[in-house]
Amino acid sequence: MPRLGAHSENGMTEKIDEGLRSELQKRGVWVTSTQELYNWGRRNSIWPLQFGLACCAIEMIATAASRYDLARFGGEVFRPSPRQADLMIVAGTVTKKMAPQIVRLYNQMPDPKYVISMGACAISGGPFKQGYNVLKGIDRFIPVDVYIPGCPPRPEALLHAFMELQQKIKDQQLSGKNKAPHLAREQPSEFPVPAFGAHDLEPSKNPDVFRPPHLERT
Amino acid sequence: MESLEEIKVRAEAAVPGAKIEIIPNGAVAAQASLLLDHEHAVAVATFLRDDPALKLDHCSNVTGVDWLDRKVTKKVKVKQVVEGVEKEIEQAHDEFFPGYLEAVYHLFSMTLKHGPVVIRMRTPDRAAGARLPSLTSVWRSAEFQEREIFDLYGIKFDGHPDLRRILMWDEFEDFPMRKDYREPDDFEYEPTPHDEVLERAKEHYTPRPEVNETLTPQ
Repeated sequence: MPRLGAHSENGMTEKIDEGLRSELQKRGVWVTSTQELYNWGRRNSIWPLQFGLACCAIEMIATAASRYDLARFGGEVFRPSPRQADLMIVAGTVTKKMAPQIVRLYNQMPDPKYVISMGACAISGGPFKQGYNVLKGIDRFIPVDVYIPGCPPRPEALLHAFMELQQKIKDQQLSGKNKAPHLAREQPSEFPVPAFGAHDLEPSKNPDVFRPPHLERT
Repeated sequence: MESLEEIKVRAEAAVPGAKIEIIPNGAVAAQASLLLDHEHAVAVATFLRDDPALKLDHCSNVTGVDWLDRKVTKKVKVKQVVEGVEKEIEQAHDEFFPGYLEAVYHLFSMTLKHGPVVIRMRTPDRAAGARLPSLTSVWRSAEFQEREIFDLYGIKFDGHPDLRRILMWDEFEDFPMRKDYREPDDFEYEPTPHDEVLERAKEHYTPRPEVNETLTPQ
């Protein structure tokens, strides 16, 4: 008898033999795994948190509206409460005055949660990078899953980011060594909210989250 | 509308003791302005608003300017007798202009459809507690803009109904639009630094490894 699937260390089915599955499907038997079903369900119903910060938000609204129609991919239900949201689209310039509120909203979202950093400002501060009141990227305080460059990015780019995120969810493991961060007990799902200081936010970045690539310069 | 000289003469006649100075503008627009003294500023502003020939009832814009201390070196030709012969010798002498903070108001008349008339007030120095009289009692629209000047330049407006920071958070201590403002040091990750950013980013670079250049004789 052929084996149905390969077994991982803790006995959970991770992969189904594609040929066997196709053969079974032809005979009217549909085979899946818990992980696949679970990820399929989650990735096709990502509810974004409804908030916008700047001009990127206009593109986000356009993406959700009829012409680009984010609903085709299951992201049409923009929730006005972080308690009901899966995805935070940081759409626009994050000012230092706004950053603590963003982190607080992220902390209020239930796991599993994802973040799309939309546009140049949310990635790095963008054209306002040297401004006194602009945070140099939201990834200084919360972990970001997908970055979209652009100023602002077109709705197609946001759709692309959304599909990238779906791909990421599809590949998330439910168990084993590489299991999804929200299933790992030791991974934090809340991050400290920065305080308003005399000259800057305190702390100005969270070193546990913000790990920029090392630039070899002397 | 009458000329600035005529306005100045009439305002000084209407407000006894007022000292108004006309500040010429060397730029192409040549838009001269009126410099008001602190003591009579509110009275002169009320005159500008209520005078039937002016009726400057709309204060469209209030802004601050930071003028640093500056030194101008002038060369003056002086006749001197050198070795019995009279000669023209160029002598350089420095002229020192102390810095000050300035509030500039742009006034228009909605009723008579003319303007702008620009008025200015200057602080004696650039100290943090520099004071100017508030013109919010004359033009209500100046309220938020005077708060903005207080926030970004640190000018305190006497008689302002609600002088608080408007853009930055209350705990903030600096005045970011002043020319000597220095941003907090968050230049640790600058992929494309240039100019001032390069200088700030260099402080974060790993020091060049020391090369032992002294060769020992064999």
